[in-house]
Amino acid sequence: MVVSPEISSPTATAASDIPWRDYVRGDRVHRTLYTDERVFNEEMVKVFGHTWVYLAHESQLPEPNSFVSTKLGLRPIIVTRDRQGGLHAVFNRCAHRAATVCREESGVAKSFQCPYHGWTFKNTGELVGAPWPQGYGPDFDKSEFGLGKVTRVESYRGFIFGTLGESAPALADYLGEARPWLDYWIDRAPEGEVIVRSAAHRMGYRGNWKLAFDNAGDGYHPSFSHRSLLEMASRMGDSKDMSYFGKTPDDGPMKVYSLGNGHSVIDQRPNFEGPGSIWANQRPQPGREKFEELIRARYPEDADRLLDVSAGAQINLSIFPNLLIIGNQIQVIEPLSVDRTQLTWNATTIGGVPEEVNTMRMRTQEDFPAFGEPDDQANFEEVQRGLAVTEEEWVLMNRGLNVDGWQTIDENGVIVTAVTDEIHMRGYYEEWLRLMNGETQ
Amino acid sequence: MSQKVQDYSDTSSWSYHVDESFYADLDRFGEVLRADWPAAGVQTAREAEAFLAREARLIDEGRFNDWLELFGPDCLYWVPITPGGGDPRREVSHAFDDCRRLTDRVYWLRTGLAFSQIPQSRTRRVIGNVEVLDEPGSGLRFIRSNFIVNEFRAGVAKTYTGWYGHVLAPQEDGWQIRLKQANLLDSEQIHENLTLVF
Repeated sequence: MVVSPEISSPTATAASDIPWRDYVRGDRVHRTLYTDERVFNEEMVKVFGHTWVYLAHESQLPEPNSFVSTKLGLRPIIVTRDRQGGLHAVFNRCAHRAATVCREESGVAKSFQCPYHGWTFKNTGELVGAPWPQGYGPDFDKSEFGLGKVTRVESYRGFIFGTLGESAPALADYLGEARPWLDYWIDRAPEGEVIVRSAAHRMGYRGNWKLAFDNAGDGYHPSFSHRSLLEMASRMGDSKDMSYFGKTPDDGPMKVYSLGNGHSVIDQRPNFEGPGSIWANQRPQPGREKFEELIRARYPEDADRLLDVSAGAQINLSIFPNLLIIGNQIQVIEPLSVDRTQLTWNATTIGGVPEEVNTMRMRTQEDFPAFGEPDDQANFEEVQRGLAVTEEEWVLMNRGLNVDGWQTIDENGVIVTAVTDEIHMRGYYEEWLRLMNGETQ
Repeated sequence: MSQKVQDYSDTSSWSYHVDESFYADLDRFGEVLRADWPAAGVQTAREAEAFLAREARLIDEGRFNDWLELFGPDCLYWVPITPGGGDPRREVSHAFDDCRRLTDRVYWLRTGLAFSQIPQSRTRRVIGNVEVLDEPGSGLRFIRSNFIVNEFRAGVAKTYTGWYGHVLAPQEDGWQIRLKQANLLDSEQIHENLTLVF
């Protein structure tokens, strides 16, 4: 057996010597969690490694031997479908001298040949062969030199997750109380068929990846961070989607749910009354009137439902650490460095509806990435700048703590509270802490 | 198209005209914009260059209301994500603005509340390799050009490169934009804050 010493940086198994509990208090977190490269490097091993991380959607792997290149934290990986349809994820890293073996974003391939020295691997990782094998001694064992594997890969209704964590629970258990919400989102498609095939908005910001997670479950910011969008929406008089965040939203019917394992959801649906109401409150998409006319004429019985699924789902579901379901989009957080992040907004179409519905879904899914998200990301970048003040050490997440009458706990342990409660941050930081401390669930 | 536009004349408020034929027109424009064209005459080429230069200046000087005036009621301002355009029926775009959405965009830029534009982007663009085709049957003018847009905002300078496809419709006193398609070289890759106007 070959001993593998590490020069520095924590290995996947070494216990951290940093007392993380000092950095995550009940009501606040320390600024260095957003600014320190050592923290980031350790997160990329532990958070993006030891728990279930969203990798891709099955519709991106439509046929046998399909593949998608992506990352698990900073590790380049290839998610593959074998010829029988089974799902795998392998490190995109030649076992020989480390070059990536796949340089395409997606495609169909039974095997990958490293462009550097020609080592060839099956799409399940096994080494097929190295050129001119006579140059290796008699004890060269091909089975030792396959592509490294993401050891556990599971799909939940098309959502593919992977982890290197042997002690992580089954995926369905990890999703836990987030599952019914994900089910609701998937089942808006009449046959539960969600399709990621469009090009994606790949948005980048100069800030830490957790700023996206802090924001996704935050019902406090919309009426401020999105003032431009709300103002634009009222250009023609009517107030539209999201305007209900404006007037003391804590008194309204919206709630945020803390789902456990770092997951949370904002439910905006109570702001809408009855079929057709989600559609009626959308900011106007190109072609909206003609589309509505056509749908009502051709599908009079089903029109309201078809119109509603042409607009967003009205839940914001955050699945720790990198999957955000927003509107009709599957949004993925991809950390690049301690202060740079990519947010990929995968647009979705659905099966079982007239094609016009999917065209309108495209127009709906262009709205927020153009006029909403950029203002949030501008604020994330300004947070990152503000965090440079070393004397001010803390980022607060205490809104809703000890407030009378806000929080109730249901029979499944889900905490329900007012929509501006920062419980989503407190919830995911507990999970973050568990992973960084190497504690099993 | 003209009949529909008359029926719902204020397309900055209504969008009845973006229908199957609107998307079919885009398919056709895309084919023309990708074809080889004969060299245009000097006068035509100069006119087209002057139109693009004026449009560029209005954007770069932040005169967005004046810029909006260049567009016709059945216009599209299109910044695709899929290189070359793809199929907008099945794919999302950075911008797919009919007249109303483009009016929204200008309104949004001018609210003074868009934090992604506080401070505002400063831009300066250079346009070259201008080619022009006057289509005999339709009377439409097609213009193809390359661009480099330099942007400075919040301490960061960036450069965007790509090509424009313009389709202009004749008016009594000049031309109106029917389609402006801005194709970024790296349209499907990561971009920070794409709220500038191309």
